[in-house]
Amino acid sequence: MIMTAPMPVSLLTLKDIDKVYQDGTVALQGVNLDVKPGEFISLVGPSGCGKSTVLRLVAGLGDPTGGMMAWQGTNEQHNLAFVFQDPALMPWANVVDNIHLPLKLKGQSLRSVRPQIQSVINTVDLDGCEYRYPRQLSGGMKMRVSIARALVTKPQILLMDEPFGALDEMTRSRLNSDLLHLWEANHWTILFVTHNIYEAVYLSTRVIVMAARPGRVVADIPIEASYPRPNSFRTSSQFNHYCREIMAILSEEKSIGVG
Amino acid sequence: MKKQVTQVFGKKKSEAIWSWLAPAFVGLVTVVGWDVFVRITNVPPYLLPGPGVVIKTLIEEWGDLFPSLLITVQITVMAFLAAVVSGVLIAILFAQSKWVERSFFPYAVILQTTPIVAIAPLIIIWLQNNTFMALVVCAWIVAFFPIVSNTTLGLNSADHTLQNLFEIYGASRWQTLIHLRLPSALPYFLGGLRISGGLALIGAVVAEFVAGTGGTRSGIAYQILISSFNLQIPRMFAALLMTTVLGVAIFVGLTILSDRLLAHWHESAIKREN
Ligand SMILES: Nc1ncnc2c1ncn2[C@@H]1O[C@H](COP(=O)(O)OP(=O)(O)OP(=O)(O)O)[C@@H](O)[C@H]1O
Ligand SMILES: [Mg+2]
Repeated sequence: MIMTAPMPVSLLTLKDIDKVYQDGTVALQGVNLDVKPGEFISLVGPSGCGKSTVLRLVAGLGDPTGGMMAWQGTNEQHNLAFVFQDPALMPWANVVDNIHLPLKLKGQSLRSVRPQIQSVINTVDLDGCEYRYPRQLSGGMKMRVSIARALVTKPQILLMDEPFGALDEMTRSRLNSDLLHLWEANHWTILFVTHNIYEAVYLSTRVIVMAARPGRVVADIPIEASYPRPNSFRTSSQFNHYCREIMAILSEEKSIGVG
Repeated sequence: MKKQVTQVFGKKKSEAIWSWLAPAFVGLVTVVGWDVFVRITNVPPYLLPGPGVVIKTLIEEWGDLFPSLLITVQITVMAFLAAVVSGVLIAILFAQSKWVERSFFPYAVILQTTPIVAIAPLIIIWLQNNTFMALVVCAWIVAFFPIVSNTTLGLNSADHTLQNLFEIYGASRWQTLIHLRLPSALPYFLGGLRISGGLALIGAVVAEFVAGTGGTRSGIAYQILISSFNLQIPRMFAALLMTTVLGVAIFVGLTILSDRLLAHWHESAIKREN
């Protein structure tokens, strides 16, 4: 039997999503977003434009006040992981116990999942820190524990809210490449929030540009460069072109907002 | 390099010794000052006995006073344990819903602000056939509020992002309580514990004063009371000293327990190097 390749079905669709907080703040207005399996989507935009709000709604933390959100199939039990802007580790638990948390909540004992935990510890390069407590870790190490805690669930969709915001440029670019490798190897779908345009262009298959007051999507830019992306991509003219394009949109929005 | 390390270590050690020596020195100066004052002014011992007389009386009356102290210890410990168990359970109940907390918290406050001296006689009358239990109840009333209020506060102050995380990973109410809210509440609970331990003793002493009963099961406060009636002031001071030492011992014990439990994670128990 011969079949034409079907268009990939959307994993997640946001349609005309509004979010008004209880105090009357209009955080989002008419946001449309279509996420296909395997995409790496970055959300960029000025502070307060509603990027975190989008991620929180996708994660089911609070409901939209308007519009609709649909997951592929009827199965609501989507396997989703969230890396918050701050590491949010439990101070009373060591690295292993912190990473074990999502699995423990699903009823899996530490003994049964210890090898998986060790493997994600290895992935984020924290070997030897297994039994340290959060206070004994640097900021970047804490963030890596937080990422490991998300990875250990083998998520279908990974939501990351400025995960590398607090890191130095070196660590950030190393974790960027690591993340890309993991994404390619595991066929994840990633929604990634960042302030950093360069990071967004380097990582993503698609960059969503948002504007503030009210929060909305103003541009949707596919980044047409093949993976794996070498470091030299960061200095290519194609890369620069995308960055300038996004920056132009952002500054245009800003001047409209001011004027 | 090595020399520097040992020096730092040495400094730490001497600091630890000084943290004991300094208060001990203050205590010594006070006792000596007290002794000198009594000798110079020739105050009669029925007004202010010198420290030597108090110690001498303490040794002489040990057979009488120590069993009484043990009774007070029993009352205090029972009331304290009851306060801990009931306080934590009530706090967990409060933490289940804002409405439960709002409905019942005022009554916990009323229980706390009612002067124990005023209601102790009533409680003793109600539990007429069991004065010991009545004293325990009085001490419990005084001791339980810090546990309730601190633990409730602690249960409600779990980190917001961690709460979101638990929600995302589908934690049940019970799992969130066990793995997030109770550990978050631990430092607050232990703070309440330290206050409550002292209050249990005060409650026991006050209730004994009110009860004023003699007989076989009379506590240290009764000894204080009876000594002052009989103008045996050195004996009164000896009993007072025992009570004070007990109070300090309770506080120190609970502080050590608290530091142990929080040793590896909470700011209050950690000596940060930066
Ligand atoms: N819990 C809340 N209650 C009321 N208003 C809120 C709440 N959370 C966010 N907002 C408002 O919603 C808007 C969008 O907030 P959001 O956190 O999504 O922005 P953001 O794009 O993530 O910003 P940043 O880049 O600074 O993290 C802001 O104007 C903010 O003030
Ligand atoms: Mg944000």
